[in-house]
Amino acid sequence: MFDNFPLWPVPASSGARNIDALFIFLVLLAGFVSIAIFTMIVAFALKYRHRPGHKAEQIEGSIALEVTWSVVPLAIFMVIFGWGAIIYFRERTPPREADAVYVVAKQWMWKLEHEQGQKEINELHVPVGRDIKLVMTSQDVIHSFYVPAFRIKQDVLPGRYTTAWFHATRPGVYHLFCAEYCGTTHSGMIGQVVVLEPAQYQAWLSGGITSGSLAANGETLFQQLGCPTCHRSEIQGRGPNLVGVFGSLVQLEDGRKVLADENYIRESILSPNAKIVSGFKPIMPTFQGLVSEDQLTALVAYIKSLSQPPSGAAGPARPAPGT
Amino acid sequence: MATATIPVEREHYLNTDYGFRSWLLATDHKRIALLYLVTITLFFFIGGFFALLIRLELLTPAGDLVLADTYNKLFTMHGQVMVFFFLIPSIPAVLGNFLVPMMVGARDLAFPRINLLSWYLLVIAGLMMLHCIITGGVDSGWTFYTPFSTAFSNTKVIEAGLAIFTAGFSSILTGLNFVVTIHRMRAPGLTWSRLPLFIWAHYATSIIQLLGTPVLAITLLLVVFERAFHLGIFDPTRGGDPLLFQHLFWFYSHPAVYIMILPAMGVVAEIIPCFSRKRIFGYSAVAMSSIAIAVFGFLVWAHHMFVAGISLYSAMIFSILSYLVAVPSAIKVFNWTATMYKGSIHFDTPMLYAMGFIGLFTMGGLTGLFLAALGIDVHVTDTYFVIAHFHYIMVGGAVMGYLGGLHFWWPKISGRLYPEWLGKFAALTVFLGFNLTFFPQFILGYLGMPRRYWQYPPEFQVLNVLSTAGSTILAVGYVLPMIYFLWSMRYGKIADANPWGAAGLEWKTASPPPTENFEEIPEVTWEAYNYDEIPAPEEVSVGG
Amino acid sequence: MADSPLALEHQEGLHHQFVDPEQQRNAASLGMWVFLGTEVMFFGGMFCAYLIYRYWYYPEFAAGSRSLDIWLGTTNTIVLICSSLTVVLGVRAAQMGKRRLLVLLLLLTLVLGLGFLGIKGIEWYDKFVEHHVPGVSFSAEDLIRDYPQIHIDPAPTQIYFSLYFAMTGLHALHMIVGVGIFSYLTYYAWKGRYTPEYHTPVEIGGLYWHFVDIIWIYLFPLLYLIDRKPLK
Repeated sequence: MFDNFPLWPVPASSGARNIDALFIFLVLLAGFVSIAIFTMIVAFALKYRHRPGHKAEQIEGSIALEVTWSVVPLAIFMVIFGWGAIIYFRERTPPREADAVYVVAKQWMWKLEHEQGQKEINELHVPVGRDIKLVMTSQDVIHSFYVPAFRIKQDVLPGRYTTAWFHATRPGVYHLFCAEYCGTTHSGMIGQVVVLEPAQYQAWLSGGITSGSLAANGETLFQQLGCPTCHRSEIQGRGPNLVGVFGSLVQLEDGRKVLADENYIRESILSPNAKIVSGFKPIMPTFQGLVSEDQLTALVAYIKSLSQPPSGAAGPARPAPGT
Repeated sequence: MATATIPVEREHYLNTDYGFRSWLLATDHKRIALLYLVTITLFFFIGGFFALLIRLELLTPAGDLVLADTYNKLFTMHGQVMVFFFLIPSIPAVLGNFLVPMMVGARDLAFPRINLLSWYLLVIAGLMMLHCIITGGVDSGWTFYTPFSTAFSNTKVIEAGLAIFTAGFSSILTGLNFVVTIHRMRAPGLTWSRLPLFIWAHYATSIIQLLGTPVLAITLLLVVFERAFHLGIFDPTRGGDPLLFQHLFWFYSHPAVYIMILPAMGVVAEIIPCFSRKRIFGYSAVAMSSIAIAVFGFLVWAHHMFVAGISLYSAMIFSILSYLVAVPSAIKVFNWTATMYKGSIHFDTPMLYAMGFIGLFTMGGLTGLFLAALGIDVHVTDTYFVIAHFHYIMVGGAVMGYLGGLHFWWPKISGRLYPEWLGKFAALTVFLGFNLTFFPQFILGYLGMPRRYWQYPPEFQVLNVLSTAGSTILAVGYVLPMIYFLWSMRYGKIADANPWGAAGLEWKTASPPPTENFEEIPEVTWEAYNYDEIPAPEEVSVGG
Repeated sequence: MADSPLALEHQEGLHHQFVDPEQQRNAASLGMWVFLGTEVMFFGGMFCAYLIYRYWYYPEFAAGSRSLDIWLGTTNTIVLICSSLTVVLGVRAAQMGKRRLLVLLLLLTLVLGLGFLGIKGIEWYDKFVEHHVPGVSFSAEDLIRDYPQIHIDPAPTQIYFSLYFAMTGLHALHMIVGVGIFSYLTYYAWKGRYTPEYHTPVEIGGLYWHFVDIIWIYLFPLLYLIDRKPLK
């Protein structure tokens, strides 16, 4: 599975190749500059070493040189910046139709839940060739979800969701590390990402026992907590209609327009008065302390499902996620 | 070998008074510099000891030398001790304190008693830190990220935080003294454009110390309050934001790295001209680049937070600014190298350290370009790549600059010469040991080995073993100067006022200098680095 | 005092590192201004945290602000402004060589400063009694009760009070240091150390006092004057 002495990490995602390309460019550039400086220093040291009859030549400076070696590096830096920024922009903009996997990090393990309901601990099974989006939060301190083979890393924070996405290109088993120091067993908070061929993935999906899909569990919870009392879908209730909300731009009563992403849904449940939708009163009670992270995940998945088009129909227009 | 005839002992700052009180109540900036030298050397070896334990643990993939909690304390305290009790004071408090007054032609700093107070603050802070270490230690990481440090760690976060707070106050007072001295106490004729670059570097450093350190102070204080009084400012379950801590912390801690490197750059800017026997190439460019680094250094802090959860657009802004701050450093490297062109190069130990500095700082700085690139940073941040990057700059750069400076000014400080061949040997040992220790870590980082890992997957072992091997060689290189500097104070050759034939007002007074620095305050009518006028040591008819 | 150059070197109060009294005065003045700059950065970190949280949790901050006693706060502001007046008059007295007047004004400053601290102590005690001190016994019940139509979250309200105590606490600490400085100045003023030629400690002590006053002038509206009389 792993080499005894690797010097290069396996590239196993669509993004990995792009990152490796920039890295190799930088290695060559840095190598070239280092060798040039080293060589010059050694060459000058030898050629101009002090010896009888040899005097130093007092040279004040050269504006031309100063300008050149300011502008040229700056130009090269801007190229590197642009290249890196483009990669980053793509990295942080999950595709709209990505499959979601919900991650809850805690000291010292990763809890993952697929939309279809499969739960995993410290292991993530995904099919090759599909866009996977991770919606992550922490139950305690800051962690960081890091898969070197995919070249992705994203801090996982308590109190909000952060997201990452990848598109695996190679079946195999890859390290999953926690990359933000989180206490005693930080270095033990590791696992693996198992990338399977589509057929094998289907087999894995149906092989496990699930307690229903996340969205279905979320719907049950939605009913149990009494949410439909105000959030009605057929008629206008005391709370906004949630069908189609996820992914849309919401007008708030203070004039702002915000994107209804996972964090918006979560905040609306835990701190409902933070953002009041225009035209509605601040009467929603808070559920802080009444729902666990896992339950929040299910609720978010359910509300997301209310925005998914029924098969065949086009979904509601919405801006690109991740902006 | 010429035996020096020992003249009747002249009075100077070392022998003018003896006894504990004369040292512990000293207001002479030169004595205070030596007090600092002793203190920070002690902390260097404590921090180095922690580093050795870390490297020993990392010889094997399993966590089998110390417990996980112990390991977490080791890397935390290694970072805290090295950053706050060694690197930040080092050059300014030892070489700066000793030389700034002399280089500007003054008899002392503007506020000698505040100078002594700043040393006592470091000592008190150090005692608090030592107490914290001995009674259990702290495991929050030197970065104190919340909510781990405020609500989850079971170790002495409050004590460590207060110790660092106190050390920060010491740093602020040093900066204050330098700024006022440089502004108000320059000798007649010593205009800004005639100042040694060492002074420019310390001026820029002091600006950062003054503006940045208070922000760290308030941040640590808020962490201490939160932990002690259960406040909730950074607690997400009570509406607080852990990212606010990171912004406040890095607002200081990024400029802090420039506090650590600018003085070393100043040292190098003195050594290279002297051992090339020519004026620095591009004086104004080098001077202005120090100021530029100080200013731009305050604008880039969130490049430590690219994966922390900041917005896409702020990440882009900080990335582009980080490239801007790289330009003045590049300018310096080119100017130092150009200074050697058509010079008359001498290979004494200080020059070896300075040349090593340029090479290693260049490599460290170039790897900064990797980290500033957003796409790359996502993969390598929080891995050994970052550890390698900052050690190249802080150890390959700052520590080598410090050692080079110690060797360069040792004759002035002690009146003795250190043994030159041992100096060269130690410099080479440091250079080789350093590269073997830290170069493999770049590879480890790109492979994906995260930092702060007590145990690791087996395929990372070979590189870790190489790194540990290098660290033992590095340790030898650091111990040697300690031994021969001490030896030289008793048995070293007696140095005259200017054994290197260097430019600068400090070389115009005796070695060691009298307490009042100069018999008469000089009036400066010449430009800095007037090596066309100063003969090289071998050209002076009387043998040294 | 002789005018001869030799006497200049040994002039009363001239420290050996300085060439002449003017250099010493300039250095002391620049030093104090630079130090005050660091204090601005110190308080600035807290003001930054305050501004961010106030933007996020405005109703909670307003509720917290309403719970502060406006009369005590206003009195304290007047007390501090008056104390800055006595400081300025004291510097002028020193410049004119009026020792008795200088001592009187310094003493008045001390009294006003101590008065400020006393009133602050009363305010803190009130907060303690009302369970507004962050921690286990914190309760925002009374705030919610007072204005039931405005919805506030108890959790972030604690952040307001955390910042209240941190900011006024650090300010008070700086006041205590100021009281110490002015005790020192009063003593040496009484002993006649300050003359029209040399009264630098009074000037730079005054600068420090003014700075602490200015911090309060920012703290007062930020902490006490958020939406005191909400509409509705």
